[in-house]
Amino acid sequence: MTINTLAKGGWHREQMTCFRKMEKVIVAMQDPDMGMKMRNQRLLITVIPHAMTGRDIIDWLIQKYSICEEEALHLGGMLVRYGYIYPLKEPRSLVLRADESPYRFQTPYFWTSTRWPASELDYAIYLAKKNIRKQGELMEYEKERYSLLHKRINHTWDFVVMQAREQLRASKQRRKADRIVLECQEQAYWLINRPPVCLLHYSALLSLCVCIWLPCFQIEICRRALGRNRVKSSICLEGFVKYSEQYQNHDPIMQGCLPSNPWISDDTAHWTMNTDIVPTPTRLRVERWSFSFMELLNDSIGRREFMTYLEKEFSAENLCFWQACEEIRHGESSKIIEKVEEVYKNFLAPGAARWVNIDSKTMDKTLEGIKRPHRFVMDDAQMHIYFLMKKDSYPRYLKSDLYKNMLAKAIVPQETKKSVFPFMRRQRHSSPSPAQAITQATEEDGRAKGAGTPAVDSRQRSFKC
Amino acid sequence: MAAEKAEMDALKKECDALRTQIEAARKAVNDSSMSAASGGATAVGRVQLKLRKTLKGHLAKIYAMHWSADSRQMVSASQDGKLLVWDTFTGNKLVAVPLKSAWVMSVAFAPSGNLVASGGLDNICTVYNIKAASPKTLRELDAHTGYLSCCRFLSDTEILTASGDTTCCLWDLETGKQKVIFTNHIGDCMSLALSSDMNTFISGACDSLAKLWDVREGACKQTFSGHTSDINAISFFPSGNAVITGSDDCTCKMYDLRADQEVIGYQDTNLNAGVTSLALSSSGRLIFAGYDDFNCHIWDSLKGEKVGVLSGHDNRVSCTGVPADGMGVCTGSWDSFLKLWN
Repeated sequence: MTINTLAKGGWHREQMTCFRKMEKVIVAMQDPDMGMKMRNQRLLITVIPHAMTGRDIIDWLIQKYSICEEEALHLGGMLVRYGYIYPLKEPRSLVLRADESPYRFQTPYFWTSTRWPASELDYAIYLAKKNIRKQGELMEYEKERYSLLHKRINHTWDFVVMQAREQLRASKQRRKADRIVLECQEQAYWLINRPPVCLLHYSALLSLCVCIWLPCFQIEICRRALGRNRVKSSICLEGFVKYSEQYQNHDPIMQGCLPSNPWISDDTAHWTMNTDIVPTPTRLRVERWSFSFMELLNDSIGRREFMTYLEKEFSAENLCFWQACEEIRHGESSKIIEKVEEVYKNFLAPGAARWVNIDSKTMDKTLEGIKRPHRFVMDDAQMHIYFLMKKDSYPRYLKSDLYKNMLAKAIVPQETKKSVFPFMRRQRHSSPSPAQAITQATEEDGRAKGAGTPAVDSRQRSFKC
Repeated sequence: MAAEKAEMDALKKECDALRTQIEAARKAVNDSSMSAASGGATAVGRVQLKLRKTLKGHLAKIYAMHWSADSRQMVSASQDGKLLVWDTFTGNKLVAVPLKSAWVMSVAFAPSGNLVASGGLDNICTVYNIKAASPKTLRELDAHTGYLSCCRFLSDTEILTASGDTTCCLWDLETGKQKVIFTNHIGDCMSLALSSDMNTFISGACDSLAKLWDVREGACKQTFSGHTSDINAISFFPSGNAVITGSDDCTCKMYDLRADQEVIGYQDTNLNAGVTSLALSSSGRLIFAGYDDFNCHIWDSLKGEKVGVLSGHDNRVSCTGVPADGMGVCTGSWDSFLKLWN
């Protein structure tokens, strides 16, 4: 047989993952211990070895993947449609019947994924073989293809006929059963990869479009991707490490939380202390405001404090403007136009009550955009004001007395003493936080080495009751 | 035919050349490795989380769950055709939403807490108002031609959906119409995650690629490859500068958005089960990844080591979630139970 291996991959890569999955199923089906039971099937007067019935296939799928009959029928049908299993009776009907109809596994040589793409030359040889073997055995669509190919690759037609004759001669020397099997396999392969015309048009059109259109699109994307700014990975990675360290104390899973984790102690004190608006926020919360500007703005109390500070500095209009823009971005579509009008009147119009200081270029662009207002029309102006506050007012706020007082006033909740309830059988012992576990271990080691007796954890004592 | 083939070949060559250049640019900025950078960080040691609560109530496999922004309520979806809204603190079921189609694959809670959305094999994303006396269907978003694999609210007026028809979509809930369609994936989109500033989102698909999209422009900004099978779960690192993905190839990977490449992979030769879901602790240090082997494994995101395991489920862990306040982690499984750990 001609082995014509054209380069794989290219635009049909996306189908390969599906093929690989189906192949996994097929390999499992052929497993000597847990796979399908095969038997010999009679086809007319010849006995075909290693065949199975449709019913067996479905039962095996149901049992192996714990699915229902409907799903198994669907899955098995896909395996047949993509050529991994082919029917022996009615080979042109690629459906899985849940009865005694015989099926066989396609040899991996003929898997679509192995031989992609199916070449014209191989197809021509196949049709020629069929034609020579039995005149008039070609179907209508095959006859059409045959004449089409004959015209297209006329220059190699002698080669085609020669190959066909060679292959027929070689096959005559095989045992009849083998010959029938090989013919079935080959026929099944070509049914999948060169299906009848009606299906062909659609798939050919699709593959043509995909082949031409997709690369142009991809090239555009690649060009844009090439031009992007890339930051050194050492800087990025350091960023992650720093972030994790900074937030470690604020991560209840890593570090526990005060006064206690509500899931463990059934005490909602932590949540009460940390609701959106409380008279005095906790210390951890106020600390977080210094981590980044967004942390401050996302916290209602933080935003309120920042507003108080800006009022002292006579630049509160910046924060008001930013908030108004946020409402436009995330609010209802129907209110966008009136909100934009409001913002223009209050913040952008010449002589406005709370005029914000934006550079002329951004101002012009925004004013143009306002003529046709949409959700993102204020984006550039909002970004400008955001960075203004971030670079200027925010650092000064963090150094201000207002912030420092807030930090000093902030509550550091006491860890609730784990009370002793003799009749409580539920776990009160919080899982040791990872950081504590290490220090505990080293402490215990130290004490053990010194005293010779293991230190008793005070928590364990109370648990003993 | 020959002319077209020649054109195709030329295009293919150009595309390959560009791809090689991109790879070279990525290599050029890759001057460090995560193990080097995290060498100084303190080790996490063995993380042993205890099971605190088991939420029983579903009658069939649980496919999805999502925490509310208040970190107390949670919604879960099961193929028994119900959405249940839980008060995780008391363990009570607050609302039960009967679904028209039992084949649900995804569920989401709106940040306001007023709405929940769900969708699945019916290709429709249904949004319910759960604050009404009895849960009312607010909208049925019907335009996808494939199953709904994931949905996330931006606000009470906008929602993002990912679908098996390879597209993601931004919908306007007031009109019920599609606003932006994000097309670029060539395989079923399996999951998506929204950035905290809601300007971008990431999606993972069966083409083994993760893509970053700009919500405003509707365009794909970055693509990350490296996985060899479907990406089932995706999440942002809390700082917003990295993306963590979990895949059927049994590995998780972290991709840096600014360096535009993979920085570390989380794999173990003994782990031969695909990743179904993942969630990060609030500092980003711990990754909770649910696997097909019925466990949820815990990874140290900086050191790349496995530091713990949550076992207790009797079937595959299908969904994982950490609430906004980081109090613990919730795992949902095909054994119909939700478990809370910390």
